[in-house]
Amino acid sequence: MARLNLLLILVLLGCALSLVSSNHHARKLFTELEAGQKRMRDLDVEFGQLQLEQSTVAAHVRVEKLARDKLGMRQPAPGQIISVDVGPAR
Amino acid sequence: MKPIKFARSPLLSERLPPWRQRLVLVLLLGAFALLIGRSLYLQGFNNEFLGDKGRARFERQIDISATRGRITDRHGDVLAVSTPVRSIWAIPEDAQLAPAQARNLAALLGMDVQEINRKLAVERDFVYVKRQLSPETAEKVSSLNLPGIHQKNEYRRYYPAGEVMAHVLGFTGVEDIGQEGIELAFNGALAGKPGSRRVIKDRRGNVVEDVESVRPPLDGKDIALAIDSKVQYLAYTHLKQALAEHRAKAGGVVVLDADSGEILALVNLPTYNPNNRTKLAGAQLRNRALTDTFEPGSTLKPFTAALALEQGKVRFDTPIQTAPGKMTIGSATIHDAHMHGTLTVAQVIQKSSNVGSAKLALSMKPEDMWAMFDSLGFGAPLKLGFPGEAGGRLRPAKTWKPIEQATMAYGHGISVTLIQLARAYQAFARDGDLLPLSLSRVGVPPTSGKQVFSAQTAREVRAMLEMAVRPGGTAPKAQIPGYRVAGKTGTAHKLESGAYANRYVASFVGFAPVSDPRLIVAVMVDEPSNGKYYGGDVAAPVFAQVMAGSLRTLGIAPDAPLAPLLMTAAEPVREEM
Repeated sequence: MARLNLLLILVLLGCALSLVSSNHHARKLFTELEAGQKRMRDLDVEFGQLQLEQSTVAAHVRVEKLARDKLGMRQPAPGQIISVDVGPAR
Repeated sequence: MKPIKFARSPLLSERLPPWRQRLVLVLLLGAFALLIGRSLYLQGFNNEFLGDKGRARFERQIDISATRGRITDRHGDVLAVSTPVRSIWAIPEDAQLAPAQARNLAALLGMDVQEINRKLAVERDFVYVKRQLSPETAEKVSSLNLPGIHQKNEYRRYYPAGEVMAHVLGFTGVEDIGQEGIELAFNGALAGKPGSRRVIKDRRGNVVEDVESVRPPLDGKDIALAIDSKVQYLAYTHLKQALAEHRAKAGGVVVLDADSGEILALVNLPTYNPNNRTKLAGAQLRNRALTDTFEPGSTLKPFTAALALEQGKVRFDTPIQTAPGKMTIGSATIHDAHMHGTLTVAQVIQKSSNVGSAKLALSMKPEDMWAMFDSLGFGAPLKLGFPGEAGGRLRPAKTWKPIEQATMAYGHGISVTLIQLARAYQAFARDGDLLPLSLSRVGVPPTSGKQVFSAQTAREVRAMLEMAVRPGGTAPKAQIPGYRVAGKTGTAHKLESGAYANRYVASFVGFAPVSDPRLIVAVMVDEPSNGKYYGGDVAAPVFAQVMAGSLRTLGIAPDAPLAPLLMTAAEPVREEM
């Protein structure tokens, strides 16, 4: 009887300890998840800001101005355009 | 006094009545029962309250904000995006700032010290000090550690295309809720629903456990518009130039895809910068192409001719006598400013003869004309979902007098919006059918829409409209080297308090390439006042520039020899008004 009791006490102790450790593990994983989600949100925000920046830099007004003033580009005259037929249109 | 021993105290010898003992016992037991009952009640039956109190010690409800969806053009270029900003708010009672602190805060916020003090002096529990600060500045403010000053995360909407897209997109208010344009029309889809969740936080404020997700946040959906930002930009720059050149009051351009009914560009001038709306006037805000109606003038003549062809009243080359250039109906007289003599139906359109069009109209029943205008979509809003869309005016056929039927043939006594006009020209650009217009991308375009004219009629009117931009027509300036173009000019007196004034609306609607029309462009210029006011002089060049640029941008193959058809011809034929 006493032996059985001792065994049960040991089993109980083991269970209790494993519960503690798994709880701790869960919390650690949760913190990681939290950090990951935060990073996801931050990256999403950054993506939006970069998109904004990209469209500001690639704005047609700016591109046209740069092409004309800095690169000296201009529209080709109608006679300078050669169209190449690559099979049926559309 | 003689001492008495305790044991011999006379008080002890007195026998107490036994009920007193029992009373005390009962009272004590009763008190125990009360305590047990109370604890049973708190632990077992009514444990909600204390449970809540306990949870309130370690659980926190966190609001999760949802971002508003992005708006992109058809190629995925971002047109509107929300990014987080912070707002600084204060509890005035707690915010007792030392003069140095107030100065620091003012410097960071770029505000006046007095203004801050004034805001903090109000008798309220909550006051915004400054809204929509950049996160970096907000970080500096929070590092000042000021009492009673708090921060809140908010979103601010940015429009990288600025003025070019202003009317299409509209804008959101400071609460990130749509107030105009697409932002208002699609607010339901764009706006996210903020969520919240319950968590357990530790002493340092870190979340250690998720208790439950009360409401998951729902981010707004991204919307891809049918708008092509390059075409839109082309339309914007060329219209802006034309308005400056002709000192016009306002103008609009609509570009449609004839194959799908998608709206590729929608430009209105004057416009505004949606990123900085401090100085806004009503005139800048109006999305004229959709909300303002005007009498279209001669741009309606092709429809009259089409109906006459459709009903078999005339053929393409039936001669019509337009001499002597005027025609009296009842008490009113219709004029052609130039004598044309006998014209074929095609030439009536090419040279834009009022008398010819009126004669065509009077050969038809008013009910039939009304039915045609109605099925073209005039007189009722297109229901694109835009705020304030106008339907224009189309009176019931029963009330038409013959003179009105005649003037309607050339676009007076009826009013339309620019987008309605552009859409109606689909009937000619396509084979007589109309597709519904779409602001958002159309995946698989429908092969055919609502049939208004037969394919044969549409082909014949296309040929007439092509004549109008050739030498001898009213709009040779609408020509584009390399492409076959068709279109019609319109020049209308403006109605002012019931009378026609000497102010004009110049317009042009056309499509290209004629061999297989892909694009429809409608241009309207309101009150050109620099000498020229004919649609062929004011609106047609804008059409040609926008159309040429768009065809090139979209890579649509030329369908005509490159040699320009007209470089030598003198003045275009003046259209009639």
